[in-house]
Amino acid sequence: MRTPILAALLSLVGLPALACETFTIGNLMIEHAWSRATIGADRPGVLYVEITNTGSVDDALIGIATPVAGMPMLHETVVMDGVASMPHAMSVPVPAGQTVALAPGGYHGMLMGLTTTLKEGEGFPVTLTFRDAGEVTVPVEVLSMRAEGPDCEHAGQ
Amino acid sequence: MRLTTFQKALWAAAGLACLAYGTWVLVADPATPPRAEAAFRPVFSLPDAEGRIRTEADFAGKHLLVFFGFTSCPDVCPTTLSEVAQVMDDLGPDADKVQPIFISVDPARDRRLGLAAYTSAFHPAILGLAGDEVQTRAAAESFHIYFERQDDAAAPDGYTMSHSPALYLIGPDGDWLRQFAYGTPASDILNDLRSRL
Repeated sequence: MRTPILAALLSLVGLPALACETFTIGNLMIEHAWSRATIGADRPGVLYVEITNTGSVDDALIGIATPVAGMPMLHETVVMDGVASMPHAMSVPVPAGQTVALAPGGYHGMLMGLTTTLKEGEGFPVTLTFRDAGEVTVPVEVLSMRAEGPDCEHAGQ
Repeated sequence: MRLTTFQKALWAAAGLACLAYGTWVLVADPATPPRAEAAFRPVFSLPDAEGRIRTEADFAGKHLLVFFGFTSCPDVCPTTLSEVAQVMDDLGPDADKVQPIFISVDPARDRRLGLAAYTSAFHPAILGLAGDEVQTRAAAESFHIYFERQDDAAAPDGYTMSHSPALYLIGPDGDWLRQFAYGTPASDILNDLRSRL
């Protein structure tokens, strides 16, 4: 915890099964926002989230911001000809009527310049900026380093 | 500019080399197993976190699950190491017949950041190895895998790594048995291993 403000933010969202709650902005539904625990703050963290566009107009995720990372960026894991690379993604399309997942092996938020260790069971806020829908801040649940995603069925949600 | 015959021959040779390389790249598609290489035996000689040199011979009699990666990799590497950890848990009493190995393609930074703490956070059985540039290249070439440092001003320390993300299975005799493509579920890896143990 670097600052009391950050500590307050973390405690505010430090509730279990946050990743299973749904948040909405306009026609967008945001759910399953999760991250993996880190060892210290020297390696980048990750952000995964699912966005469903229930509207009839395409939108796009164009930026992410969080107090736990100095330089969060959108990336996409691309495996081409048997080689994985991780180019920046300028934006992630959120087409009308579709669900887009930032998920292992595809689009993800890369949280560079972590300001704190991401600890399992804790949480942090992330502000998602959409081209048309604007900004929405949602809590991100930190799962174990071995997690493959939140287990929302078992959480009774 | 007029070219001498010798220069023309050189250009022709260069063109042929490019064609040959292109063909080799196409044929040697890393997504498909190396063909006609039944006797293919990858070798490595790399220090572990304590600096002890470990080679494939140290693990004779065991199956090896080998993954090349780097610890600053936020997506691919944790995903694969999580699968490997799950496989090791699910193997139960057979787990001691399988040695999972993580070979760093970013060894200097990984040693600085702490290799053992990283691998053991996924599973205590995973052995992390990080050599020097020459040792790392030699291991990668022996496994027929690709990695490359990519300068990226926005990345931590100004670079990131691209690398072959598959998981390689080596048999108890040291023979290359197969690879599991990135994203293969732990249950599929487990079933394959169980059929061999």
